[in-house]
Amino acid sequence: MNKYLASHVATLPPSGIRKFFDLVATMKDVISLGVGEPDFVTPWTVRESGIFSLEQGQTMYTSNAGLFELREELSHHLYTTLGLSYDPHQEILITTGASEAVDLVMRAVLEPGDVVLVPDPSYVSYAPCAILAGASVHFVPTLAKDDFRLRVEELDKVYTPKAKLLVLSFPNNPTGAIMNREDLLPIAEFVVKHDLLVLADDIYSDLTYDGTHVSFASLPGMHDRTLFVSGFSKSYAMTGWRIGYVAGNADLIGGMTRIHQYTMLCAPIMGQIAAIEALRSATDARNDMVTEYDRRRRLMVHGFRQMGLDCFEPLGAFYVFPDISKTKLSSEEFAEQLLKAEKVAVVPGTAFGPSGEGHIRCSYAYSTEQLLEALKRITHFVEQRLANL
Amino acid sequence: MLTDEDRRLLKLIAQDCRLKPEELSIQTGLSPDYIKKRIGEWEKEKVIVGYQPMINWSRTGEEKVAALIEVRVLPQRGYGFDKIAKRLQKYPEITSLFLMSGGYDLTLLVEGKTMQDVALFVAEKLAPHEHVQSTATHFLLRRYKQDGVELMGEEETIQRLVVSP
Ligand SMILES: Cc1ncc(COP(=O)(O)O)c(C=O)c1O
Repeated sequence: MNKYLASHVATLPPSGIRKFFDLVATMKDVISLGVGEPDFVTPWTVRESGIFSLEQGQTMYTSNAGLFELREELSHHLYTTLGLSYDPHQEILITTGASEAVDLVMRAVLEPGDVVLVPDPSYVSYAPCAILAGASVHFVPTLAKDDFRLRVEELDKVYTPKAKLLVLSFPNNPTGAIMNREDLLPIAEFVVKHDLLVLADDIYSDLTYDGTHVSFASLPGMHDRTLFVSGFSKSYAMTGWRIGYVAGNADLIGGMTRIHQYTMLCAPIMGQIAAIEALRSATDARNDMVTEYDRRRRLMVHGFRQMGLDCFEPLGAFYVFPDISKTKLSSEEFAEQLLKAEKVAVVPGTAFGPSGEGHIRCSYAYSTEQLLEALKRITHFVEQRLANL
Repeated sequence: MLTDEDRRLLKLIAQDCRLKPEELSIQTGLSPDYIKKRIGEWEKEKVIVGYQPMINWSRTGEEKVAALIEVRVLPQRGYGFDKIAKRLQKYPEITSLFLMSGGYDLTLLVEGKTMQDVALFVAEKLAPHEHVQSTATHFLLRRYKQDGVELMGEEETIQRLVVSP
């Protein structure tokens, strides 16, 4: 029945992650470092508020934009934590995960012929969403020598006058790179010079290990040009609740709300209620998780460097992205052979874009015991490989 | 006052006191020498008072009972709560001892092999004590959670996908 698929869907490549997932699924006793979600369970107060909402019979639709109480709480939260001001009446839309927010941004602003600039490597959804919205994608390499930050020199190389939207995704999945104010200012100049919009996926903004996150939307003049996307999945270990949001200029949010109204209606109410509780009472629980990630992050970087591999020190999110090119294997070969020989699953860097070649992504959202065991096995694999070269 | 780094270090040790200074160093970014020095100071200052594993005795099949005992005492001139507590705490049967606000003064956790043991201790040692006015003994039936550890709860087995974006 493939012939019935629309051509732009038929040609949409499956996620590189999916391919790997199928391979891992056939094996037993695998230690996986392949997961892009927290290993913590949602903090208890948050779970409890979800349970209570069900007991109370809160099982209805909410307004399209989401519960006003949640938008109000978010508006306050974004102001106090990141210095962003958004009017909860018109400038915030609650979505079914940040995933929906990314899709809405693309569909609301892109037309056939438009080009989206996407940092490479980065999260897997941006390019497919852009393509589904009829646009095409130019990848902008971020390089290890630049600490995987996005540089204007690289943007200049791939820029085309058809570019309409730039994606920023820092702290970055998979590299763990962050961008500070000095790094972002030249990007803002570039954006103004070329009259671009920016999709800033700040979903990892709470998971930083070196100072606080600077949001692109907080830079002078960037409020209206930026569509600020984030969610509860990572900060509060709430992946399954499916709550995200997008904030920005009222006209743009209005457009997205219209799409959302017809295609999603609203985000799930229990998730929205739980999200309110997360903002009100889970700050300590969140900070404890960050402290724990930080400890594991150091453990992982140390582990990879001990193997003699170059390993960039990630300053955000919960991934390390070591350079495995010394082994003379491609990312995919490395991941596949490691899985077969040592039963450790990691994700090839190329699953996140062509510039991921030579790297693997290892999540440290695992217990210390699992991480130590995985490091032991990877060390064994790398030592053997290097000895036989 | 603790610095943020010291607080992190202490929390780590509290979580797992088997970690060696080298391992603590990797996980905190502090130098092993600093960690050794700081731990030495904390031991001296009695900030760190012991290194004990947590054992869930109920799973060993070993006979063991415990009781929470509320005690009212008669503090006297020159003989306040602290002095009374310092004497009571010498009994090895008493594993924890707290001064309380409210309807009574001290809470004791007393452990023994059998209920008889505990009852005898209360009847023969505690109740006749010259400063003890009255006692109320509550036997502990089951430990669900202790020192932050859920002892009875089923493991929350999180079922995550093995690979996800
Ligand atoms: C950078 C990035 N953005 C968005 C998402 C999706 O998050 P949500 O669960 O809110 O849809 C992820 C999840 O892995 C991510 O890594």
